[in-house]
Amino acid sequence: MKICYYPGCTLKTKAKDLDVYARLSAEALGVTMEEIENWQCCGAVYPMARDEIATKLSAVRALDYARHHGGKLLTLCSACHNVIKRTNEDMRSDKDISSRANNYLALEEPYRGETQVLHYLELLRDVVGFGELKKKVVKPLNKKVGAYYGCLLLRPSGVMAFDDPENPTIIEDFIRAIGGTPVVYPFRNECCGAYVSLKNAELPKKRSAAILESAKEKGAEEVITACPLCLYNLQVNGGGILPVRYFTELLAEALGVKE
Amino acid sequence: MQRIGVFICWCGSNIAATVDVERVSEVIRSEPGVVFSANYQYMCSENGQQLVKNAIKEYNLTAVVIGSCSPRMHEATFRKAAEEAGLNPYMVEIANIREHCSWIHKDREEATEKALVLVRTAIAKVNLDAPLQAGESPVTKRALVIGGGIAGIQAALDIAEAGFEVDIVEKNPTIGGRMAQLDKTFPTLDCSACILTPKMVDCAQNEKIDILSYSEVEEVKGFVGNFSVKIRRKARYVDETKCTGCKVCMEKCPSKKGLNEFNMGLNNRTAIYIPFAQAIPNVAVIDPEQCIKLKTGKCGICQKFCGVGAIDYTMKDEFIERKYGAIVVATGFRPLKPDKFNEYGYADNKDVITSLELERLMNAAGPTDGVLLRPSDGTHPKVITFIQCVGSRDTSGCGKPYCSKICCMYTAKHAMLIREKYPDTEVHVFYIDVRTPGKNYDEFYRRAVEQYGVDYIKGMVGKVYNQNGKLMVQGSNLIDNEQVVIPSDLVVLATAIEPEPSVRKVATLLTASIDTNNFLTESHAKLRPVESPTAGVYLAGVCQGPKDIPETVSQASACAAKVIGLLVKDKLKTNPCIAHPDESMCNGCSQCANVCAYGAITYVDKEFRLGGGKTEVRRVASVNPAVCQGCGACTVTCPSGAMDLSGFSSGQIMSEVEAICKM
Repeated sequence: MKICYYPGCTLKTKAKDLDVYARLSAEALGVTMEEIENWQCCGAVYPMARDEIATKLSAVRALDYARHHGGKLLTLCSACHNVIKRTNEDMRSDKDISSRANNYLALEEPYRGETQVLHYLELLRDVVGFGELKKKVVKPLNKKVGAYYGCLLLRPSGVMAFDDPENPTIIEDFIRAIGGTPVVYPFRNECCGAYVSLKNAELPKKRSAAILESAKEKGAEEVITACPLCLYNLQVNGGGILPVRYFTELLAEALGVKE
Repeated sequence: MQRIGVFICWCGSNIAATVDVERVSEVIRSEPGVVFSANYQYMCSENGQQLVKNAIKEYNLTAVVIGSCSPRMHEATFRKAAEEAGLNPYMVEIANIREHCSWIHKDREEATEKALVLVRTAIAKVNLDAPLQAGESPVTKRALVIGGGIAGIQAALDIAEAGFEVDIVEKNPTIGGRMAQLDKTFPTLDCSACILTPKMVDCAQNEKIDILSYSEVEEVKGFVGNFSVKIRRKARYVDETKCTGCKVCMEKCPSKKGLNEFNMGLNNRTAIYIPFAQAIPNVAVIDPEQCIKLKTGKCGICQKFCGVGAIDYTMKDEFIERKYGAIVVATGFRPLKPDKFNEYGYADNKDVITSLELERLMNAAGPTDGVLLRPSDGTHPKVITFIQCVGSRDTSGCGKPYCSKICCMYTAKHAMLIREKYPDTEVHVFYIDVRTPGKNYDEFYRRAVEQYGVDYIKGMVGKVYNQNGKLMVQGSNLIDNEQVVIPSDLVVLATAIEPEPSVRKVATLLTASIDTNNFLTESHAKLRPVESPTAGVYLAGVCQGPKDIPETVSQASACAAKVIGLLVKDKLKTNPCIAHPDESMCNGCSQCANVCAYGAITYVDKEFRLGGGKTEVRRVASVNPAVCQGCGACTVTCPSGAMDLSGFSSGQIMSEVEAICKM
């Protein structure tokens, strides 16, 4: 099957691994990720200001493109996913935002949140199925891995509808599917410190170290994430307590497609 | 044609700010049949009512339309005024231009147009109104109290004190309710059992009170003054009249692994048990899910040892039917189970407990004999952290949107009692707000902070996790603007309270309205707070809304006053807006009787003249006017259109619809 894919800026620069291994693995699982035409930056955190319209437009353009090309939009970066999914919800349920954005874009047919936004992990769970994934694993992980969710995949939980924000299981189920042993540790849904690292590195240092410490204490040998910013903080500010990689890299390894 | 007077109320600015009342009364003046039209600031006031009365006399009005608030608010007021002026009270119609119009609209033009439509609709109806006469029905001088907690106990005692008979139906094996589980009560710290159990004994000894424990209401028929109630007496497997409460059976019972409900499941009980030492009735009961004899047929030890032969394994549920004039609902609450709140780790950590569990751990008759020990390892906790508002004021969907009202006070009580009894214990309390209005309440809370050194932290907890045997409580301190982590030995969740779930069934049986949170709705939030909109049904305690013991007791006594006021009457006026069949059209098909929720319809064989000296005997419907509640279900069911409702006839409703559609 083919699915529209929104990579986002970071995946073309700092987080190439996240993108490359995701594509290779998807092909191995029978899914072709088709990068949508002329995508622009999702707007990062800016579109979440309630009265801001201009910065939401690129997300709406991507969503509208996907509407006409299969009706689904696949995302991978946690931050892009958060922005696009929430913008989609605004277009669906917030009359003011939706009419202002539509007035500006003047699309042939106004966009009203019709597209289904899927994160890569949701694709694995709901479309491919973890059971199917397990069958295609050629090199089981055989490792104790801690899932690090961060904030953006889970919250705000009502809109994201990704998993239980306090006790998520999707990445643990993923780890199990590729032959690893998930390690549940209390800090797996704590914030890494995010953009505060630009202003005050001490805070993310403290938080990232606490996250890795918590994972290590529960026996994790490695931590995986879906978020470029989380990966940056955990690697750079986490004090090297545990190795941190993108979940797609482990997936590619398990499927035997890592080059 | 009626001679109609129309009276438009401003309701201060409630209506007049959105509806152009002058215009409404001016336009309506030219409607056919309208001979008088006026508007006034407060039509329900004495002057306003006088205006109505004077107009009735002066203009020889035969019908009155009042454009005002909901008929639930003031229909009775205006009917009474009309009656005083010599008009039949059922010749008054209310056009609700407040709740249905001014309160929900913003645009003055639109609202005024709608008010006009509503008033014209009422005029269309009043044109077809006919004078009705209220009948009378007798009052059964006995009350039913559903629920035997402190609310039910107080209501029953007060009603009995006035000389009326009262039955308490309690679904558990003993009365006493939640209050019996509490250790101490705020703000005076009296021992809960010491003030409650004498009242329980009073109930048992009062010859006017009949306690039907381990029983549930199954069916309710009838109406105010004349309820007929079917009660299920659940099989106790112990003869209440023989059991002496000696507890030998409990000592001998080999099945000891049942969760002790009274101690919130913190320890076990035997299959045959008396819930607690002061239970009323002090009679054993067998848990059929747990009893070896009842499950496998082998055992029978308790029967062997019972000195009075009270054990009967063949006992079955029994049903009794009794008549009552009034019903008090006092079904109480249960604490919300916090297992949906994964952040607090209640399901994963034995030492994360609820406040009611703490009550049992602090109680001398509890599982630890009143010594505060951690459930996990039986050690004394040295650092205890309380988390308030667990499930209260919650919009995430896991909890309740309302404030549970009692948690701030009981948490202050717990904190204080622990600091008093174990001064070396460190106590922290996380809170959003501390809400302690009430006599001596804020002083109580201040005492916890100032005298007992309880550490109150403004902020919520984001996570409780176990690290090397310590419960790490991570929360925010909003005053210092920092994140705090408190390594604790015991975490206590001040959980929300929710109405006891069985209230839904009770409400359905009584046709009493209930809100989205399962609280029973009072007739008027301010002026009729203990009455259900269903006549003859009264509300006491938490089933109506969160409240503490003093408030519950006050409300129960208020209920009792209302019940007594009803039961002293020998007769009640009945509602004349009831169904009646057109016998010439009725074909006796029984469909109306099948839908009648009150059993008001029967069938009679009647002789009809056919002309030419011939007669025929036909089966036709007959409505018992004392039982019919005027709900109208039969009128819409009747396939031949023979059934009609006085005061709400099909012709009237169609004319109302026409009046609306004309616009």
